[in-house]
Amino acid sequence: MKYSVLSLIHQAFRGHRDWKPVWRYPEPKEEYDIVLIGGGGHGLATAYYLAKEHGLKNIAVIEKGYLGGGSVGRNTTIVRSNYQEPGNIPFYEWSLKLWEGLEQDFNYNAMMSQRGVLNLYHSDSQRDEYARRGNAMMMHGVDCTLLDKKGVQDLVPFLDFENARFPIQGGLLQERGGTARHDAVAWGFARGADSRGVDILQNTEATQIRVENGRAVGVETSRGYIKAKKIGIVAAGNTTRIAQTAGLQLPIESYVLQAFVSEAIKPLIPSVVTFGAGHFYISQSDKGGLVFGASLDGYSSYAARGNLPSVEDTIEEAMAIMPSISRVKLLRHWGGIMDMSMDGSPIIDKTGVDGLYINCGWCYGGFKATPGSGWCFAHLIAKDETHPNAKALRLDRFKTGHVIDEAGTGAQPNLH
Amino acid sequence: MRIPCPFCGTRDSQEFTYLGQAGLKRPDPSAPNAQAAFHDYVHIRKNPAGPNSELWLHAYGCRSWIVVERNTLTHDILGADYASPVMKEAAQ
Ligand SMILES: Cc1cc2nc3c(=O)[nH]c(=O)nc-3n(C[C@H](O)[C@H](O)[C@H](O)COP(=O)(O)OP(=O)(O)OC[C@H]3O[C@@H](n4cnc5c(N)ncnc54)[C@H](O)[C@@H]3O)c2cc1C
Ligand SMILES: [Zn+2]
Repeated sequence: MKYSVLSLIHQAFRGHRDWKPVWRYPEPKEEYDIVLIGGGGHGLATAYYLAKEHGLKNIAVIEKGYLGGGSVGRNTTIVRSNYQEPGNIPFYEWSLKLWEGLEQDFNYNAMMSQRGVLNLYHSDSQRDEYARRGNAMMMHGVDCTLLDKKGVQDLVPFLDFENARFPIQGGLLQERGGTARHDAVAWGFARGADSRGVDILQNTEATQIRVENGRAVGVETSRGYIKAKKIGIVAAGNTTRIAQTAGLQLPIESYVLQAFVSEAIKPLIPSVVTFGAGHFYISQSDKGGLVFGASLDGYSSYAARGNLPSVEDTIEEAMAIMPSISRVKLLRHWGGIMDMSMDGSPIIDKTGVDGLYINCGWCYGGFKATPGSGWCFAHLIAKDETHPNAKALRLDRFKTGHVIDEAGTGAQPNLH
Repeated sequence: MRIPCPFCGTRDSQEFTYLGQAGLKRPDPSAPNAQAAFHDYVHIRKNPAGPNSELWLHAYGCRSWIVVERNTLTHDILGADYASPVMKEAAQ
């Protein structure tokens, strides 16, 4: 069924009784041409583009939990392309371009809202650094505007501009950045993939990748062995666990990141705002809740729930820029597992095992990358060659020294 | 999380900072395979889901480096000891 205003009106008159489930619950087949391990945003996007852009049919996505239960359904939904390292800018900008046409493309309302992403600066040197970032972006054709204090005040007058420690001097604004409805992104890609014949196998855990003579030949799963001609690992926070079964040792460590949402209040925050003197980002959902987050809990973790010190730190940062929300109640908070790479940038590459491909290292920033990652990973798997926009995102860059370290913190994953 | 520092006793995890996997051996820079060995030393980690042996610094306490056994699935702390014996052993 194609969604449109007409289909909505039609269903409204029937009391919404005839909507159909948007994906199937198929039994696993014995063999697929392509098996993707991980039904998060990236796995589903990869399957969608493999089917749609490359015309491939015999594909399965295996997901150990339920569709959208990983980080794709846990993130703070910020979408942007304000990067400054050469390998990253073309990739993230391509991803943002895909976001701009995504809802029409997969005929699903992902509530993509280009409300702007504003990074605040609090000192002269930080202004210079942001100007440099802005220049790097503009040289690659990416939009941005450096605002002075007045410019920021016009946009978000309710911030604490005169904060004694962190006065707000201005900000770097990317107008095309914004937010999207995270679950809907997973559902939209799932529906688009399923309708093109992709089997999405939920509650199916990959336990072992079988390698014979240097070639990946299949996946042991909780629902039996599945043969595959090609296998893609897209397991985000759990990447290293499954990759190790194929003998891969990766420059990845898993950490927990928490997110927070407040009770709903009237419209207050028009864009995404980030605090430059720490690490804090906030926006307001269409339901009215304030959605925000800060840094990782600092230790490696697979627990998908964090501890209180990070909660306190996050709230303190909120108070440093927006004391006006001090009496807003926190509604929920939760955690998700992040695949932190050693330089803070992602990997989309072959693995050295024939027929086995890897997509990981998304750190805090994989939601915005969802369409771009799916597009480039599909290209790699279908054609056996790297997509031009992902050519710097190589697995061997840690060996050759071509790391892409946006934060400049070195091989310390909890600092990226 | 609370961490049992062998010198100070059990303290809130906020007093500690985290470095990562314990027992990494710094490779010999003059060995023929030094480049590959340094790649692994700097970039490759076990990243286990379960018990992990890791280096923590009691930064707001006695400033000792300690090795903490911790379950990364549950955040249970299984034990802690001074880091120096472990590091010396790794350096052998
Ligand atoms: C709190 C939080 C806030 C964030 N905020 C932002 C943000 O504002 N902007 C942004 O761009 N990014 C953000 N991110 C990062 C982003 O959400 C992730 O980088 C991205 O979702 C990861 O890709 P994914 O969607 O494919 O991952 P996931 O949704 O985690 O998908 C991976 C899937 O693989 C499955 N899996 C793992 N192992 C196996 C196995 N062995 N067998 C079968 N299935 C398996 C998992 O169950 C999971 O569903 C945030 C993340 C968190 C946790
Ligand atoms: Zn101590």
